[in-house]
Amino acid sequence: MKRLIFLIEKEFMQIFRNRTILPMMTILPIIQLLLLSSAASNQVKEVRISIDDRDKSLFSYELIAKIDATKRLIVKPLPLKSNDAMLAMQNDETDIILKIPKGFQKDFYRSDRPELQMLVNAINGQQATVGASYVTTVIQNFNRNKLKQTSALTSPIPIFTIKDRSWYNPELKYTHFMATGILAELTALLTIILSAMNVVRERELGTIEQINVTPIKKWQFILGKLIPFLCIGMGLLTLGLIAAKIAFNIPMVGSVSLLFLYAFFNIVAVLGLGFLISNFAETQQQAIFVAFFFVMIFILMCGLFTPIDSMPKWAQYATIPNPLAHFISVSRKVLLKGSGLYDIKWEFIYTIILAFIFNFLAVRTYKKTI
Amino acid sequence: MSAIYTERITKMYNKVHALNGLSIHVDHGEIFGLIGPDGAGKSTFFRILTTLLLADSGMATVAGHDVVKEYKEIRKKVGYMPGKFSLYQDLSVEENLTFFATIFGTTIKQNYDLVKEIYEQIEPFKERPAGKLSGGMKQKLALCCALIHKPEVLFLDEPTTGVDTVSRREFWDMLASLKEKGIGILVSTPYMDEAGRCDRIGLLQEGKLLKADTPKGIIDGFKKSLYAIKTESTYKTLLFLRKQEFTESALPFGEYIHLSTKWKLNENQILSKLKEGNLIIKEVKRIIATVEDVFLDLSSKKSTI
Repeated sequence: MKRLIFLIEKEFMQIFRNRTILPMMTILPIIQLLLLSSAASNQVKEVRISIDDRDKSLFSYELIAKIDATKRLIVKPLPLKSNDAMLAMQNDETDIILKIPKGFQKDFYRSDRPELQMLVNAINGQQATVGASYVTTVIQNFNRNKLKQTSALTSPIPIFTIKDRSWYNPELKYTHFMATGILAELTALLTIILSAMNVVRERELGTIEQINVTPIKKWQFILGKLIPFLCIGMGLLTLGLIAAKIAFNIPMVGSVSLLFLYAFFNIVAVLGLGFLISNFAETQQQAIFVAFFFVMIFILMCGLFTPIDSMPKWAQYATIPNPLAHFISVSRKVLLKGSGLYDIKWEFIYTIILAFIFNFLAVRTYKKTI
Repeated sequence: MSAIYTERITKMYNKVHALNGLSIHVDHGEIFGLIGPDGAGKSTFFRILTTLLLADSGMATVAGHDVVKEYKEIRKKVGYMPGKFSLYQDLSVEENLTFFATIFGTTIKQNYDLVKEIYEQIEPFKERPAGKLSGGMKQKLALCCALIHKPEVLFLDEPTTGVDTVSRREFWDMLASLKEKGIGILVSTPYMDEAGRCDRIGLLQEGKLLKADTPKGIIDGFKKSLYAIKTESTYKTLLFLRKQEFTESALPFGEYIHLSTKWKLNENQILSKLKEGNLIIKEVKRIIATVEDVFLDLSSKKSTI
């Protein structure tokens, strides 16, 4: 026991003595948190639209005026002579082309079901779908108003209206959504790199050779590394939560201690994976490449940037061994939704299993021989 | 009971013998020097004995324990100083020592008498990070750390490589006093001149023990006549000598050429022979062999077989 305590003490001494690693572990992740949360946004703010008006009627002018009046849509004028709107789209000068055919107004009054054509640049999928729905909404409203004006019926035409309200993030603040995810991501990222690098560093420096010829036990060695890094991970999570609260005023609906309890198991799991990587790496270079391999997969498949629900079925199952996916899910559920222990039981179960597997393998594969 | 006992230890790396049937024994209170060039298998042998590596065949005991079955016991009883400085560079001298004491479940105070002499020399720098010590200081600290748990057997893998002459001498003095305390010491070195400080030495080449004896025994075993020749053109003289019938071997040794002959000659005979070759010779003298001569003789014999 005394041996273990001293191992932990030694690890802390080394961490706090290293003038470069300490700010790297604390300040850099916080900067990332603030930067990414405010920058990474899926919100479509401006969609450029070009209107190829062949009708040039009062009707079409009214529609264009309506579109122009929409805050999120910017009408890009087309050169009068060449109506080549496609060229504008190819040059990435516009996102959507709306074609108003000749006789649009006439057809409408004749009740001939006039047709409009919308061409969407789908290079940027988000921009395309969201932009198209903006335009559709504007056109539908325009259509409805026109019907009211022209209809012979005095009674209002029954039309369904849908009122939507966003629960758990009522103002649809993207930063709330991102900050909670990025916080989890950064904590996991830092701890996996720390643990993967540390043991390999000892191997590179040769210190491990001296340690291996001592009666120190494998589990003592691993625990002596795990506990200090766990503390650092928890510390970073605390700092990150404070920073996110101050900077973005993220909601904390659920119990923060539940989040910390979950984070404990999650960090243990991630650290175990880091140790496992370091056991198979001879140099820090090898370790960083393998760690990066996992980190990239974890980040891209954790539901931070693309929702897990929109992944193919196999990929959804592939997120089960991804501790980051569970962490982000728990962080959002607890902070934004106020979920209790029962609601996040699966995340807990999966993470505890992962923590056990990774650490078991890490202790088993750590060899005191060369 | 021997401190170290090995029997036909063999280790292969990719079909190359790193160790080829190595058998030695080291007693308590004895310094055994393993002498051989880089790549002779010294470090491999140390790693096997310190339970870091498994031999392919053969058996070995350290402090009476089998290196395979009772490795846990061995780890409690040996001190190991790897060839590469492997203490924590970012921890201070004192912290390093405390660290190793704690790992072995002891304290500095408890075994201070053993390391006292050495530790006193580095004590003025005890606050300094180990990485910032000079080469000689580092070695002293490493020795302290290897000794702090009162080991029965001490393994020192090239402890004096890269250390200045004065520190090297001091280091060997320390080993001599440790020996007095009954510790069995296995030390390796690529420097032949350090052989004289060992009780017994083993000459190692390509994983094979060429010879193991006391330094005196090794030198006495060299029966050939040996001459040192000082000349102005070493290379020419060397080529000339190697063509002569009486020459067993002619090798450059610093500013001298060491010539061993197949039969006994006197200095004048050699001198006159050399003059035939129009060589300017400054000095020819009969000398007593050094360990290096023996080593080179033995290793050249081996390569001709």
